[in-house]
Amino acid sequence: MRPEKHNSRPEISPPKSTTQLPSAPTHPNGDAIQRIERGSELGWRAQSAVPLAALVALAIHLLFSKSAPVVETHSYTLFFYEIVGVSIVLSIAQRFWMRLRSWMRHMCPILTAAILLLGLWDIVTFGFQLLPMPYFPGPAAVLRNLINDRALLLDSTWHSLALLLSGYTVGVLVGLISGICIGWSTPVRYWGMPLLKVVGPIPATAWIPLAMVVSPSTVVSAAGLIALAVWFPVTMLTASGISNTRASYLDVARTLGAGRAYLIFRVAIPAAVPNIFIGLFMGLGASFLTLVVAESVGVKSGLGWYVSWAQGWAEYGKVYAALIIMAAFFSTIMTLLFKIRDRMLVWQKGVIKW
Amino acid sequence: MVALAEIEASSLGIREVRKSFPVPDDPLRRWPVLDGISFSLAAGELISLIGPSGCGKSTLLRLIAGLESSDSGELLIGSEKITQPGAERGLVFQDPNLFPWLTVRRNIQAGLVARGVLREKRHEVDDFMRLVGLETFADAYPHHLSGGMAQRVALARALINHPKVLLLDEPLGALDAFTRMRMQDEVLRLWQGRRTTMLLVTHDIDEAIYMSDRIMIMSPRPGRIERTISVALDRPRQRSSPDFLRLRGDILEFVHFAGNASIENKS
Repeated sequence: MRPEKHNSRPEISPPKSTTQLPSAPTHPNGDAIQRIERGSELGWRAQSAVPLAALVALAIHLLFSKSAPVVETHSYTLFFYEIVGVSIVLSIAQRFWMRLRSWMRHMCPILTAAILLLGLWDIVTFGFQLLPMPYFPGPAAVLRNLINDRALLLDSTWHSLALLLSGYTVGVLVGLISGICIGWSTPVRYWGMPLLKVVGPIPATAWIPLAMVVSPSTVVSAAGLIALAVWFPVTMLTASGISNTRASYLDVARTLGAGRAYLIFRVAIPAAVPNIFIGLFMGLGASFLTLVVAESVGVKSGLGWYVSWAQGWAEYGKVYAALIIMAAFFSTIMTLLFKIRDRMLVWQKGVIKW
Repeated sequence: MVALAEIEASSLGIREVRKSFPVPDDPLRRWPVLDGISFSLAAGELISLIGPSGCGKSTLLRLIAGLESSDSGELLIGSEKITQPGAERGLVFQDPNLFPWLTVRRNIQAGLVARGVLREKRHEVDDFMRLVGLETFADAYPHHLSGGMAQRVALARALINHPKVLLLDEPLGALDAFTRMRMQDEVLRLWQGRRTTMLLVTHDIDEAIYMSDRIMIMSPRPGRIERTISVALDRPRQRSSPDFLRLRGDILEFVHFAGNASIENKS
C-alpha cells in the first residue's frame, strides 16, 4: 500500500487520545500520557491573542467615541465583548476537544490580525477621519447598518441567491450538453466551435441593452445573462475535456464490448470531469460578476441593487454592509463547489493541486 | 476437456493480412507496416509474437482486436470475419489503462456493464477479483495500486467477458524484473486454469520461451513473420535448464542475424 492510504484516515488516532484525557490521572501511565498531551497543548499566548486583540481594538474605539452618542457605538462594543466571551469559552472547550484545539492553533494568528486590522480601520476612519466622509465610515457604523438593515439585506440576499442559482443551473446544463456534443461529434464541432469562439468571449454584461429589450421581465433577462456568462466557460472546458479523452481508454472500452452510450457516458464524461470542474469554477466567477452588474442596472432587487441604491443615498455604511454580505455569500457558494469537487474527484486524490 | 466444436469456434485465423499507414507530409505514399501475415491459433494455445520495435506487432494485435482495419487479407475468429471490436477478443495493454475514476471492483465489472449483463453476472465479479488475488482491494482506486496489481486488475477486467482470444500487448513490459517473473506465472496460471487462447506480444525472449507453445519471430519494415518455433519444453519450465538456454541462444542468434540482414538490405 502506498502512503496516500494512510493520509486518508489520520482522524483515527486523535479521538482516542481525547477520550483518554479525562481519565488520564487514574491511568497507570498517566504521567506519560500527560507529558505527550502537554506537547500539543495550546500555549497561553495562542489562547489569549484573540481576546487581547479584541480588547485593544475595543480600547481604540472607546478612546475615540467619548463624544459620540451611545447608540452609534453600542453594537460595536458589544461585538468585542462577544469575541472575548467566545474565546474564553473556546479555550476551556479545547482542553477536551482535540479538533477544536488544532483549529484554534491554525486560526489564531489570522483572527488576531483581522481584529487588529479592524482597530486600524477604526483609527484611520472614525478616529482621525483621515479618509473623506461619507465614503469611508468606520467599522462601528458598518456594523450598525448591518444590524439595523438586516431585514432588507436578508431579503436582497435571498433574491440574489434565487437569481444566481436559476441562471447558473441553466447555464451549466446547457453548457454541459453543448460541450459534450462539441467535444464528441466532429460535425457538431465543425459548426459549433466557430460560434463558440466568436460569441463566447463577449462579456455577458455587454448584452444588457439587447436583453432588456428582448425579454418580458428584467429578472428573466438577468437570469439569461448569467446563464450565458456560465455557458461559455463550461462549454469550452467540457468540450476540451471530452475531446482529450485518452484514446486508450476508449480502445479498452471498445474491446470490452462497449457501445456508443457507454463510450460517451461512462468513459468520455468521467474522464472530462476534472476539466468540467475548471469550467464550473470559471463560470461561477463570471456568474457573480454578471449577477451584480445585472442587479445594479435593471433588476430591482438583490445585493447588487442594494449597493447601488445605498450609494444613491450616499449611505456608504450600507454599501460596506452589503459588500460584507456578498463576500460571505459568494465565498460560501465557492466553498460548496469545492466540497462537491473534492467528493466527485476522490479518485484523483493526491493528483489535484488547486 | 475442451469440446471439439469449441476448438473450431475459438481458433483465430489470419490470412495474407496487409496494412499500411499514410506517410505524414506525403499523402500519396503509404508506409507498409504488415506485409502478408498468415498464421492461425488453435483453441487453448498460447503463442508469443516477438520482434524488434516497429515491426508491426502492436498493429497486428490492434487489427485482431478490431481497432484498426486491414488493407487486404482476412482475419477470422472461428468462422466469423473481424470487422469491429468485440468482447470475445480481450485486449490488455502494457499500460493497464484502468479507468482511474472507477474502483477496482467497478473496473473489473466494466465489461459486464458495457455489455448490459451486469445483473445476471454480478456474482462473477467476486470470482474474478479472487482469481487475481485482489478481493481486499475491491474499493481502492487505481492510483493506490502498484504496477503489478494494476495489471492484474486489467487481466481480470479482460477475462470477465470470457473472451475466446486474449490479446496481450507487452502486458508485463513496464514491470520490474521480479514482479514480471511473478506475473508470468500468474498469467500462466490463468491460462492453464481457463484454457483461454492467448496471443502474447513481447520483446522479452525469455518470457516468450517460458510461457508459450509457439514463438513467432517478426522482422520489421515491412512486418513479416520470419520464423515460427515450437517450444517443446515440459511445463512448468525451468528458466535455467540447458534446453531453455539452448533455445534462447538459437533465437538470439536468429534475431541478431535478422537484424543484420535488414540493415544490409537497406544499403
